[in-house]
Amino acid sequence: MPHNTTDTGTPERIFIKGNEAIAHGALAAGCRCYFGYPITPQNDIPEMMSYALPDAGGEFVQAESEVASANMLLGAAAAGIRALTSSSSPGISLMQEAISYMAGSELPGVIVNMNRGGPGLGDIGPSQGDYFQSVKGGGHGDYKLLVLAPATCQECYDMMVQAFDLAFKYRNPVMVLGDAIVGQMKEPVTPWKPAAVPATEAADWRLEGAKGRKPRLLKSLFLEDGALAGQNRHLQAKYAAMQAEAKAESFLTEDAELIVVAYGSIGRIAKSAIRKLRAQGHKVGLVRPQTLFPFPGPLLRGLAEQGKRFLTIEHNCGQMVEDVRLSIRGIVDSAFYGHMPGEMPGSDDFLAPILDAMGGK
Amino acid sequence: MALYQDVIMAGFGGQGVMLIGNLLAYAGMNAGLNVTYIPVYGPEMRGGTANCTVVVSDEDIGSPIIQRPKSLIVMNQPSLDKFQPRLEDGGVQVLNSSLVDASQAEARVRTVAVPANDIADKLGNTKMANMVALGAYVRATGVVDLEVVKKSLTSVISAHYSHLIPKNAEALQAGFDHAG
Repeated sequence: MPHNTTDTGTPERIFIKGNEAIAHGALAAGCRCYFGYPITPQNDIPEMMSYALPDAGGEFVQAESEVASANMLLGAAAAGIRALTSSSSPGISLMQEAISYMAGSELPGVIVNMNRGGPGLGDIGPSQGDYFQSVKGGGHGDYKLLVLAPATCQECYDMMVQAFDLAFKYRNPVMVLGDAIVGQMKEPVTPWKPAAVPATEAADWRLEGAKGRKPRLLKSLFLEDGALAGQNRHLQAKYAAMQAEAKAESFLTEDAELIVVAYGSIGRIAKSAIRKLRAQGHKVGLVRPQTLFPFPGPLLRGLAEQGKRFLTIEHNCGQMVEDVRLSIRGIVDSAFYGHMPGEMPGSDDFLAPILDAMGGK
Repeated sequence: MALYQDVIMAGFGGQGVMLIGNLLAYAGMNAGLNVTYIPVYGPEMRGGTANCTVVVSDEDIGSPIIQRPKSLIVMNQPSLDKFQPRLEDGGVQVLNSSLVDASQAEARVRTVAVPANDIADKLGNTKMANMVALGAYVRATGVVDLEVVKKSLTSVISAHYSHLIPKNAEALQAGFDHAG
């Protein structure tokens, strides 16, 4: 489809799916390698990368499996290249071993998960059932991914740029966690060009041939006495430092008696429910975490200290609610409404749970 | 009061509801508004109706999924059976009365009946019934200017078929005029 030219004086906007915005954002961020294996509902990402990435001077590989995709990502990262893989829930499960190795070896890379229903093959509809897998590790060992959660097509674009920057800033894998809603819907997106990637970005650690210098070793195996403990202390300090990157959208929280906490597509659907209830005089607001790790816990705790009550809404059976409760522990609890994966959520579904939580003084 | 309109467009696969959904969304964007478009997604595609949802607003849009829409474009009978019960009280529906029994329209909503297939036939191509229905919808709701919709045709019709754009603009106009 040709893109539009605008009749108004506003900046040029293109009308694209969230999946396409992911690909556009990756290209703008200087992504030079893509590895992936097809799975619904994210196939628009590899489709677009397959023709746009070679045009941009990069490499596109359809791998033989998700296991291979993730290991290719690891390899490209070791060479200091901005690289991407994308998949949906079952495919992401297959990648966990390599992602753990990347975290252990401190290799930067971006993984997009357009969350579909689970467990197992589940369905091809939207779900937030992969929150725990994304935020709590997913593979083996004590590690964290930075996890970004777009709710709009513009955020799909913006967060891809941010994801690559964070991956290299912290030498850590970054996950962009969307779902079948934000992947398949279309919205206007204003593309923007970030500053060029400095050629020295990974110069002090990447593998590029050791001629004229000492060899480098990127590894996740630490057998020497005390070495693994040292690596884990280093990683934990890094994860603690990531807290500075926590971000959330706050909507009508100032005078709110009840704070709804919801992320991604569910966050924007909750916003519609909140607007409807506001029009009826109910003092309810929204906090939509845009980073899931680091979690915007201090923001929630501050609101709890002001005496506000909480309702967590998710498209799963109760995952992020645990982080909300940890954030506000000792002050107040959070109620929970879980929309069942397998059923499409709409804002009307959230009205009664919000009113229930407001009444529960 | 903020400008806000949402619509579910539904018909048989092949009637072009996704195309007019995209067209309305492009027109909204080209008018400087915020828009969302989401196609029906999942096993529904294998039979019955194809449908999509478009939201147009001058503020940031919350849910792209609409359970009780403010308006409908109904291109075939199964779509009327499925979506009319969901239409908000006082909402507006454009019915393609060439294929839909308009006598089944409920009194609690406003109905604009347009024989879209017949009008498109007279213009020379029955496939343009979707454009006739969208033209009528634009008249019935005033959500965007018809001229912006016409100008947006280049965004949804590929260069290979650009010779069909004037005819499609005519079909939009015919639907608009019929709904007057």
